[in-house]
Amino acid sequence: MASIYQEIRPPEPPGPLTWIRKNLFNNWYNSLLSLGSLALIVVTLVAVLRWIFITADWRPVADNLMLYLVGQYPREELWRIGVIVSMLSLLLGVSWRIWGGVMRTLAFTYAIFLLVVALWPSSLESFALQARAAMFANLGVILVGFLLGSSHRLRGSHVLIGWLVSLAAMLVLLSGLPGSQSLAPVPTGSWGGLLVTLLLAVGGIVISFPFGVLLALGRRSALPVVSAISTLFIEVIRGVPLIGLLFMSSLILPLFLPPEVRIDRLLRALIGMTVFSAAYMAENVRGGLAAVPNGQVEAARALGLSNLNITTLIVLPQALRAVIPPMVGQFISLFKDTTLASGVAVLELLSIGRSILQADPAFIGLQMEVYLFVAAVFWIFSYLMSYASQRLEVALGVGER
Amino acid sequence: MSEHQATTQPIIIARDVHKWYGQFHALRGITMEVQKGEVIVIFGPSGSGKSTFIRTINRLEEHQKGQIIVDGIELTHDIRNIEAVRMETGMVFQQFNLFPHLTTLQNVTLAPIWVRKWKKQEAEKVGMQLLERVGIPEQANKYPGQLSGGQQQRVAIARALAMQPKIMLFDEPTSALDPEMIKEVLDVMVGLARTGMTMLVVTHEMGFAKAVANRMFFFDQGLIVEGGTPEHIFTDPQEDRTKLFLSQILTH
Repeated sequence: MASIYQEIRPPEPPGPLTWIRKNLFNNWYNSLLSLGSLALIVVTLVAVLRWIFITADWRPVADNLMLYLVGQYPREELWRIGVIVSMLSLLLGVSWRIWGGVMRTLAFTYAIFLLVVALWPSSLESFALQARAAMFANLGVILVGFLLGSSHRLRGSHVLIGWLVSLAAMLVLLSGLPGSQSLAPVPTGSWGGLLVTLLLAVGGIVISFPFGVLLALGRRSALPVVSAISTLFIEVIRGVPLIGLLFMSSLILPLFLPPEVRIDRLLRALIGMTVFSAAYMAENVRGGLAAVPNGQVEAARALGLSNLNITTLIVLPQALRAVIPPMVGQFISLFKDTTLASGVAVLELLSIGRSILQADPAFIGLQMEVYLFVAAVFWIFSYLMSYASQRLEVALGVGER
Repeated sequence: MSEHQATTQPIIIARDVHKWYGQFHALRGITMEVQKGEVIVIFGPSGSGKSTFIRTINRLEEHQKGQIIVDGIELTHDIRNIEAVRMETGMVFQQFNLFPHLTTLQNVTLAPIWVRKWKKQEAEKVGMQLLERVGIPEQANKYPGQLSGGQQQRVAIARALAMQPKIMLFDEPTSALDPEMIKEVLDVMVGLARTGMTMLVVTHEMGFAKAVANRMFFFDQGLIVEGGTPEHIFTDPQEDRTKLFLSQILTH
């Protein structure tokens, strides 16, 4: 017996030096190419680093942190932003403890963001000491949240409700209450920067998701009217460019409403983005629905489950899991598409950068610095979403056949 | 083996059942009565309508002509009747059709919780008992993808039994299994038959038929060619088509 099933070890993998010799310097022309490439890399890297640290003039970025973060949000009302930052710290801390995984990464990233803001390389006049100290203090708030999350009575569902309630509270905080003294209304015209970009993106994603799912189900509905309306909506919206939709929602929509009803400009942009996103979301979800085998529905029917239960308990969980990658891809493009809202006078991150460049003659010719900074911010958020989706796929893929 | 009482009302009555797929006439007038506690084996060549027929009994397929009455409820377009019949009828599929995103135990407790409105703890208790009955309580928290085919099919049986059905339908339950796993599934089915469950089984496992079937029906081209006790079918089949088919599946 033993002689047949003798164990043979796999060959040792080569060490790094052996690998380099075998793959990069195995004959004269490969050696030449390797050295040439190395030289090219070094020269490029030196040039880039020299530009970043010596040539570039980062003043338009460094001196305007507040503008990039919140636009023209009234400076005496900035405490509201502070409260929101703390709410996020607390929620992320709790979520980190309860869910771990992606949430831990998000909490870490958020902590790094707080640190970067606290240590922002600019004068204390442009970014006050108290604000920096508050950012530091929020690192503590994350830990408080983490400890709160250790409570046995706290469940995932509580945290989820906490997030939803907090998001609503944040909106009230930001916009204020009509007639209130301590929480005076702040018109959205003064909001800007990352705040608006995130509002449009998060709002667009959160609202368009359920609508997209409903549209996808509607398109597959056995009722011809429902199916026809869903299909018409999806195909019309998908046939229109987003910028056109934004123009329509911000210029044409008010024409159809009675003059006393005035929808806020930011809200109009959000409506446009949501409608656009929902149509694409619907097609993604429809693909997922088609991927669920018919046997699943038959088995559920044979058990006596109602059509509603079959959809919510059996079909959608499998369909949505199957379309996480395209859905996140769409979230990422929605996030980047928020820049188009600048076309309807919404001051999101990119247009803040542009207006900073135009505001001060000293900044003429510094476009490169500003746009690179804005691009870096967009990249960080997009990459975070991409990373979160990969983790989510792994976490939800347990026991997949 | 269960006694069948001819004095009571049949639990399944099918009268002249017809089914078309487009122009194709899949069932051409099936008439069958099944008594409570009977084990019926249905066999025949592929395309003979045997799967289609048992799928009409819980309305996974709609019959276009004739009458089907299950436990006193006639199958019509009325969704309440259909749901009532489905609550009394468990089904096991060739491809298992377990829900891949739920654990074994969740697969079993899903319908009791959502259809019968049992409390979760109660459903889980019964679910664990059923998993013990089919011999895999230790797999309760695994996902279907982590189980062998035989184990998956046993979970599927437990899932169907969790609704406490009066009738169990088996649609080729061992056809997708590797040979060494067929026995573990058949053992569970034999055990179930001995508890007096009414069973309709589409299968070519003639050993199973000999052991527990009360009656057998040979289907061909949408018709019942011949029916009777296993003894009659195996030793004295009347029709040439039955003889030919049996000789083909029994000679190897």
